[in-house]
Amino acid sequence: MNRTNLIDHAVLILATLFMVLPVLVAIMTSTHTAVDIHSNGLFLTPAGHGAETYAAVLTRQGGFTGQVTGTRMMINSLILGVGFAVGKIVLSMLAAYALVYFRFRLATVMFWIIFTTLLLPLEVRIMPSYQVMSELGLLNSYTGLIVPLLASATGTFYFRQFFKSVPDELLEAARIDGAGPFKFLIDVLIPLSKTMMAAIFIIMFVYGWNQYLWPMLMTTDERFFTLMRGIKQILQVWVGSQIPDYNEAFALAVLALAPPVLVVVVFQRWFIKGLTESDK
Amino acid sequence: MTELSHLPATPRTGLRRWYRGRPALPAKRVQFDQPLLPWLFLMPQLAVIFVFFYWPSAQAISSSFYLEDPFGFGATFVGLENYGAALGSGEYRKIAGFTALFTLLVTVFSLGLGLLFAVKADKIIRGRATYRTALISVYAIAPPVAGLMGMMLFDQHIGPFVTLAGWFGWNMQVGIDYWDTAFALVLVSVWKQVPYNFIFFLSGLQGIPASVREAALIDCRNGLTRFRTAILLLLAPTAFFLLIINITYALFDTFAVIDVMVKDKPANNPITLVYKVYSDGFRGNDIGGSAAQSVILMVVVLILTLVQFRWLERRVHYG
Repeated sequence: MNRTNLIDHAVLILATLFMVLPVLVAIMTSTHTAVDIHSNGLFLTPAGHGAETYAAVLTRQGGFTGQVTGTRMMINSLILGVGFAVGKIVLSMLAAYALVYFRFRLATVMFWIIFTTLLLPLEVRIMPSYQVMSELGLLNSYTGLIVPLLASATGTFYFRQFFKSVPDELLEAARIDGAGPFKFLIDVLIPLSKTMMAAIFIIMFVYGWNQYLWPMLMTTDERFFTLMRGIKQILQVWVGSQIPDYNEAFALAVLALAPPVLVVVVFQRWFIKGLTESDK
Repeated sequence: MTELSHLPATPRTGLRRWYRGRPALPAKRVQFDQPLLPWLFLMPQLAVIFVFFYWPSAQAISSSFYLEDPFGFGATFVGLENYGAALGSGEYRKIAGFTALFTLLVTVFSLGLGLLFAVKADKIIRGRATYRTALISVYAIAPPVAGLMGMMLFDQHIGPFVTLAGWFGWNMQVGIDYWDTAFALVLVSVWKQVPYNFIFFLSGLQGIPASVREAALIDCRNGLTRFRTAILLLLAPTAFFLLIINITYALFDTFAVIDVMVKDKPANNPITLVYKVYSDGFRGNDIGGSAAQSVILMVVVLILTLVQFRWLERRVHYG
């Protein structure tokens, strides 16, 4: 028993090292100077230069036009993450409510039309999506960043499953008490869905914050750059420089990974629940 | 994270029925009867879907039949020529071959490691929460950030992996040597995906009732056989769901990893089909060709999803 337990622990410790070491290396190395990294490689120990590197990444005007700072990119990532999560919850909750709680013609067709969107990820229709956006004049805008990403049914799927698991008796009771559709939604269903909404918010926030390809195409104006877009930028500047700013690249990576990782770690119970058991 | 990857672990009856060609059942015994109100609730979602899903998808299909002038002077109808050009080119086939290999490796390794870690984490009681937190934290890291970190770890000058490989006489040159780059891409992509599989396998394992475990323990004393014949069978639905998710992950979501790690030099570096759609469309300005490749990928995804819901699902034993 003890021996197998030891093996289990050994495997898990190795697994933890495999997963966490790269992150640790990124955090630690970002506190060293670029010259130090250039001559000594990566680090697993901290040094005292973190403050100035992070201050520089967050506040220095960078990019080609000198209009974008790390803080700006962080705010943009936050807008994208939160805007996407909120938009997703509102749109999909309303749609799922209509699909589950109403008897109306074409309900089945609507169900099909919405759920077909699950089949094709944005990546395969990226070029025409871009053309549509430029025809609509939505390039370089928050609307253009957020709204097209909402065009999928994942959230609707979640809420539909959840609503179906809500006991029918609640609706019957509410109707006997004289509640209409709006009152039932606001006073019964939304309070019931709080945990579900929290779980979806976390998943969608991480999804929105981590978007790469879409923001890369949609934004040429640096004021709209997100952190993911900034990573692309830093790499383009990098090629050809004598001593690349390794420290700043790592600092940017840490800034880009910290918020979603913290959200997932802190709220992991909700997050796992939302991810794995939407039918309870 | 693809869109699909956010689906719950077991596809529910509505969607399944739809794939089998039957209409969805009415969701509730009691429903409201207002005929117009549901449209009000559906309107926002439908509007977004039509403008940003159906319109671009239709445009992809239609422009795949045209040869667009790169300077914007109209387009000529060329029928299936774009498809022929894509499928007929040796370069495309080479990339398709690499995509298949890449997908296979990423899927096998990230599923395997995810399962191994989950089985171990499930057995252990002391420290389980700590291990779990450590293992899932990477889930939230974006693919481009993973790519950036990978780039550093495989950097020619400062990368520890390059040094490590050097000890074994392997002159690793990520970004220059085709297969070295491929190795780095696979490793980074697997690293990024393991937590996702871990979460699902662990929750699948913890869903197995204690009585079933005890029964298996009585029936079979050999741990490995017991795992293979009982536990793995019960995990099959989860594993199958994850298989499709991992394939779509490897096909599409690794775009950012590749884009960051090949640093805009796709010429002699390994890339996947999605990357080619992007680079032909946006760099090469070959709108028709890129659209045709998009449609080919759409068909691949469609087939995958249909396989998921129709064919393989029936072979999976639901405990």
